[in-house]
Amino acid sequence: MQKTFSDAKNEKNAAAPAFFRRRSFLRSAGMATASAAVLLSGCNSHLDEFLDEVGDKSVKELISLSSGDKGVLNYAYTLEQLEAAFFTMAVNNQSFMNGLTSADRRFFTEVRNHEVVHVEFFKAVLGNDAIPDLKFNFSSINFSNRNQVLRTASMFEDLGVAAYNGAGKYLSSPANLLLAGKIVSVEARHAAYFREILDNYDPGSGNPVSFAGDDIIDENGLDLALPPDEVLARAAPYILPDIDVSRIM
Amino acid sequence: MNIFNLIESLDNKDAKLKEHTDLSNRRDVFRSLGDSGRKLALGTFTVGAATVASSKKAMAQGGSGVVDVLNFALLLEHLEADFYQMALDSGVIPSGTPERVFMQIGKHERQHVDFLMKTINALGGMPIQKPGFDFTAGGMFMPFANYGQFLSLAQAFEDTGVRAYKGQAANLMSNDAVLTAALQIHSVEARHAARVRRLRGVQSWHLRTERDRNVAAVYAGEDNVVQGGVDLTMVVNDPMISREDIAESFDEPLTRAEVTAIASMFIVS
Repeated sequence: MQKTFSDAKNEKNAAAPAFFRRRSFLRSAGMATASAAVLLSGCNSHLDEFLDEVGDKSVKELISLSSGDKGVLNYAYTLEQLEAAFFTMAVNNQSFMNGLTSADRRFFTEVRNHEVVHVEFFKAVLGNDAIPDLKFNFSSINFSNRNQVLRTASMFEDLGVAAYNGAGKYLSSPANLLLAGKIVSVEARHAAYFREILDNYDPGSGNPVSFAGDDIIDENGLDLALPPDEVLARAAPYILPDIDVSRIM
Repeated sequence: MNIFNLIESLDNKDAKLKEHTDLSNRRDVFRSLGDSGRKLALGTFTVGAATVASSKKAMAQGGSGVVDVLNFALLLEHLEADFYQMALDSGVIPSGTPERVFMQIGKHERQHVDFLMKTINALGGMPIQKPGFDFTAGGMFMPFANYGQFLSLAQAFEDTGVRAYKGQAANLMSNDAVLTAALQIHSVEARHAARVRRLRGVQSWHLRTERDRNVAAVYAGEDNVVQGGVDLTMVVNDPMISREDIAESFDEPLTRAEVTAIASMFIVS
């Protein structure tokens, strides 16, 4: 998989000269490309910070997911990492948590725990094929604004449901399809929960049927299903590296 | 842990819910579901006349082709759609939020019925006839007179529906469009289940206690913590995360026979 990342980066070099400069820097620092990819995976936050200092901050790392089931599972792993990072940040924010009822504090924490379990699951089943630990940017979210956090939670869960629904057809292994199915219904339960409590905390924003509202369920009674590129486009503002899903589709 | 204790403790936490529910009857619903599931598993379940056998048998033993799977789904959607329509007509559902929630859920179930019938026709298949339902299961329940029982059955139907679609997804892999649509229905059923659970005063995802013997039929196997060959209790190293959290993170499927065992209690013709 390391090779895949390196390949992907080489493809991107022509179009991303600034990124190339970063790699050149690493090379001149005596590091092989492959080890740079590993170090950039998030294991070494000091290096990342350093690179952010010396590099062009507008330039994004590129992670290109492979085709086939491994690519789809890494796509799911990407989204689970996003959710787990977001919910962990929210759960660790005392002022946000204090703004919830005690029951919702407990449920919010359980959702966070489920997402962390999903992350650990994908990391374990993908093994050496797993993409690196990703870094995220939630600076656009004001964690002292309870309703904004809840709306973001709801958006991430809806997006996760739409992503799994849209990606099922790209899986070729029945076992993997079943695993995805086991997760997506839990995401849908989360989505319904957040939509419901948003209605309680922010009554003007929703309605009593928002858990499966007409804004997301179509006239055939079908939930949203989105292709991977559209899902990534919506998630991209929060994910530091660029994730290329074109080979999945 | 006993399901009775669980429901009791949840009830105590939600005084509002108590107004609409009858604790002892709710216990009985889940107990009866569990008992019936066990009897069915042993092959001794006898509700209904002999004429019922053919449609139940067809439901349990139908093929795994796309049309067969969609007809199996159609039967479950018919069951849900009729259940909610009868409940709304009966007046058992309190006005306000509960009524609006079940109008929305009922609307989706009717849409699923229509959508599945159209899809089966488009595939050159023949949609099954809607069977007759008896939601008292031979006098065991009173869902249209007792809101608590109605909610309990609604939860059982929705959670069973989620597990049924999940279990059949692999049989739809030959047709991308149908598979995607089935997944889109699957997650709607999960949203319904989550909301119904909250109306009952329980959490949106399944509970360890529900997996105990009294609701064995609906929640059997939900305590699984081994996924994709990975024992997740061995790889999740977070002091905040319990074994229960791990089990809750994955919804398990039911086989067609297991779903049929539950649904058949309510099919009379």
